[in-house]
Amino acid sequence: MKHIVVIGGGIAGMETACALTDAGHWVTVIEKEEQVGGKLNKWSYLFPDFTPADKILDALLEKHSEKDFSILSQTEVLSVNRQNNKFNIETSGKQKLEADAVVVATGYELFDASRKEEYGYKIYDHVITSADLEKLLLPDGDLSVAAGQNPKRIAFVHCVGSRDEKSGNHYCSKVCCITGVKQAIELKKRLPEAEIYCFYMDLRMYGKNFEELYREAQEKYDIQFIRGRLSEASEKIDKSLLIKSEDTLSGRPLKMNVDLLVLLVGMEAGKGTAKAAAACSIGCEESGFLRTSDPFLMSNFSEQEGIFLAGSCTAPMSVNDTILHARSAAQEVNNWLKKNN
Amino acid sequence: MKDFGFSVIKQRTIDYDQFDGRLLNEVLEMEPSFKVCLSCGGCTATCSAADLVSFNVRRMNLLLRRGETVELETEIQKCMLCGKCMLVCPRGINLRNVIMLIKKSIHKYKPVNL
Amino acid sequence: MKFPPSFILPFTIGLLFISCFLVIIVGIWISELSKIDKSRIVHNIFTRKSLLAIRETFSESLLHRKIFRKNPVLGYMHMSLAFGWFLLIVVGHIEAYIHYQSFSVPAYKAIFMRYFITQQSITLSGKILAASMDLLLLFVLSGVVLAYYKRMNSRMFGMKKTTQLKTGDRIALTALWLIFPLRFLAESVSAGVHHNGSIISQPTGHLLSSFLPIQSVEMPLWWAYSGALGLFFFALPVSRYMHIPVEVVMIFLRNYGIKVQKRIDGYSRIQIYSCSRCGICLDSCQMTHAAIKDTQSVYALKHIRNRKITDEKLFNCMLCGRCQPDCPVGLELNSLRMTQRIESTKEYNSSYEYLKNGKVNVSPQTEVIYFAGCMTHLTPAIIKSMKEIFAVADVKYWFMDEDKTACCGRPLMQIGQYNAAQKLIDHNREQILASGVKKLVVSCPICYKVFKEDYALPGITVQHHSEYLLNLITDRRLPINKMPLRIVYHDPCELGRGSGIYLQPRLLLDEYVELIPIQNEKASAYCCGGSLANIKIKMNERTQIRDKALEEYCNYEPDILATACPLCKKTFAKSRILPVHDIAEIVCMSITKSAEISSKTDSEILCKNVAIK
Repeated sequence: MKHIVVIGGGIAGMETACALTDAGHWVTVIEKEEQVGGKLNKWSYLFPDFTPADKILDALLEKHSEKDFSILSQTEVLSVNRQNNKFNIETSGKQKLEADAVVVATGYELFDASRKEEYGYKIYDHVITSADLEKLLLPDGDLSVAAGQNPKRIAFVHCVGSRDEKSGNHYCSKVCCITGVKQAIELKKRLPEAEIYCFYMDLRMYGKNFEELYREAQEKYDIQFIRGRLSEASEKIDKSLLIKSEDTLSGRPLKMNVDLLVLLVGMEAGKGTAKAAAACSIGCEESGFLRTSDPFLMSNFSEQEGIFLAGSCTAPMSVNDTILHARSAAQEVNNWLKKNN
Repeated sequence: MKDFGFSVIKQRTIDYDQFDGRLLNEVLEMEPSFKVCLSCGGCTATCSAADLVSFNVRRMNLLLRRGETVELETEIQKCMLCGKCMLVCPRGINLRNVIMLIKKSIHKYKPVNL
Repeated sequence: MKFPPSFILPFTIGLLFISCFLVIIVGIWISELSKIDKSRIVHNIFTRKSLLAIRETFSESLLHRKIFRKNPVLGYMHMSLAFGWFLLIVVGHIEAYIHYQSFSVPAYKAIFMRYFITQQSITLSGKILAASMDLLLLFVLSGVVLAYYKRMNSRMFGMKKTTQLKTGDRIALTALWLIFPLRFLAESVSAGVHHNGSIISQPTGHLLSSFLPIQSVEMPLWWAYSGALGLFFFALPVSRYMHIPVEVVMIFLRNYGIKVQKRIDGYSRIQIYSCSRCGICLDSCQMTHAAIKDTQSVYALKHIRNRKITDEKLFNCMLCGRCQPDCPVGLELNSLRMTQRIESTKEYNSSYEYLKNGKVNVSPQTEVIYFAGCMTHLTPAIIKSMKEIFAVADVKYWFMDEDKTACCGRPLMQIGQYNAAQKLIDHNREQILASGVKKLVVSCPICYKVFKEDYALPGITVQHHSEYLLNLITDRRLPINKMPLRIVYHDPCELGRGSGIYLQPRLLLDEYVELIPIQNEKASAYCCGGSLANIKIKMNERTQIRDKALEEYCNYEPDILATACPLCKKTFAKSRILPVHDIAEIVCMSITKSAEISSKTDSEILCKNVAIK
């Protein structure tokens, strides 16, 4: 029986582990948090069809309970050393594991919106991120901005920490556009009286049913889309926010008072991925995401033989793409193990 | 200048075949960062001058690329060079240099038949 | 009367030429001075200031005290050449006066004395003088040897780089290098022939006579020596050695209170010609951290002098002023570059006719006008902190640029557009005066400098918020809760070197946190790399300059990097290596205890960078 260590217990790690167990291998998942599921724990509903995130998470956990693989939670990988076709892995929990293959599934981190100081996150009271809003979108979430008062006008800012030289991230985080559309619709459902605006640079509706959701947002929910990047926000005495942008399609500067400002934060490779890259001696792209051998046929292969990559540690990815990528990672590991025996 | 009662009639279409790219090329050669503008409008939004007068610094790029030198010359005078736009620009364009380059070179390429 | 030998001609003609040239050119420059500056000369020439100037000439032009302090080897080199040569001339003349018993000895007789006086001096004083002439020549020669060596290997002098030469410099340099060895050889050979040498030239003469036909080489050597002197004098106007005579004029004018104006005039030219191109300014220039090595002050002045300055070089400078305290000649390097920038952009000043002043409605109880500055609107934590501090200290203020305010004008000034800036200044000034408030508090050092220096606000105190907050503390209007944080303070260029505000931010921080003294602070503080004065630098080059500064700050392992400028804050914050906060934020954090401070170092970022490499 082959032993495979999966670094990261998010959806990519869990799905890879399930598939590899199915293929008859012994799998250990190393997760730094107490809980598996990774960032999916942060989201309440998923685009494009508002599936509750719990549902996906529960399904993954259920699969796990049926299968026999071990999870080392609150554990981090300290080092990975190759020795005679085996990997010796040392963990922060002082365990020493021996593996035949390693899957890196360390996922992403959300952009820390306070780095865009001009948007006032953690400076102004009513500036929140998409992740903050996700919690508020749960049925018991309190959306009020003042005692008993719901926001009358809400603005979403796209590309916060993505496509931005100032944040150090030149890449597109891919999923924030559709997240914005999804959250705008959800907000509108909760607050039918509110006016909702999305400030975008480009709307990238790349996935199945994404464009349809965008259309629905315009058609059914009166979400207004303004093409312009927010330059700054300032707080008024009543804690409402004055935001500045250009309405680039009419070519004029635009000012707007809003009660709530939602920053659609992008994805970054994060510390976990950087640490894993260092431990496994595998390369990163300039963006910080892990480099795959090629973007077509080898998208699960790292530069090191026997170390595989799964999920959003390689690029910003949606939940469904992550699951697919994780499955293909399991397939590649399986093939590789067979071939190398 | 004396107003003779007629003004330049703006063409309805952009005639690229008539486009004089010399100024654009000169500016881009001296300041290549200007190539990567994605027209997000962050610069115009934050612009100190735009608070006081109708001025759209983002459009300098378009005017330059469409050869609208006459409008460009009057518009560019409004910039106060405060540099806020550069702190906002997601593509890191060195806009103050662009403005100065245009200011300094535009007279060389103004259409003569006006 | 006997005609002097013909070899004195190159020297004599050269001396005549350079004397006439200097009189004419200095005359032209002085005539170009403004009326006020001319009257400064007239009023001060017969005062103590001239004595001070003489003393300064002695200590700087001859002894090179400032270079000595910076770098003893380099100082010795300059001193041996300048002071040694000076003494050679003085002592040589004294020797000649004594010998001829007259003060009307022609210069060539003193300079070529060993040729003309073929008998050995017999008096004790004559012997001492002759010996000291030999020693002085040796002293100068030691400097020449160092100069040879410096050309070949500048690092020995602790300099990163030595300056590049052009043809005129090359000729003058070669001549200069040849003058003293040739003099030594000529004197030694004469000593060999006539036995008129002293402690060094006599033995050398003997030695040379043992293998050289010294009788026949004597004349050619004196010719060569005189030729080298003549060549040096002729090359002087087109070489950097013009600084030798011009610097003396500059020192006098400077002592009379003349300064570089906002336009090119005689004095700015005198300053430009006073640059010795020692290259010391290269060492303190941070542009070298981004591998920009051809725009520094020494090159800018050289190109300005040769009328070959391009915008690419003129504007590729952050005007941080770091080079200025290091300049051994004490040139106003920033102002000189500025005069050229003004000249370069004078046709492109906008008129800003759209500026219209509205009514200013400020309540009479208003204590303070608060001007945050354009940049500060992009660092709202500073504004928010100031607002909270005003609330805690119960200060009634008018937020002048909360919405729709013209720029202060300083960014225009930094690229030479003084006329355009004046329009913005007039516009804002009118509003400030109309408000009737007597105190203006500014959060941005760039604005602060222009408000303080160019706004002409009679009766109004202009303060940067670091000064103002310190005042609030002294007036016991702000509580003090010292926080256990180690802080490195970064001096913003415009506040520190630009406006001389070093003390107040430090006193303020001392009240609230633990301030760590660092190596490059105050006058030698780094620039963050974000300067608005440089419109040519590329973003990645700014990053390199910033990272080099951060490297030093990180060595002190501070919890926070504090600064007092929104632009510095933005520039440093982008790197994420250290948490960066304005001093106003730090004060606010302490007094309200509400704000949370991110004091964790983002070491994982370094991790990411390492991984990419």
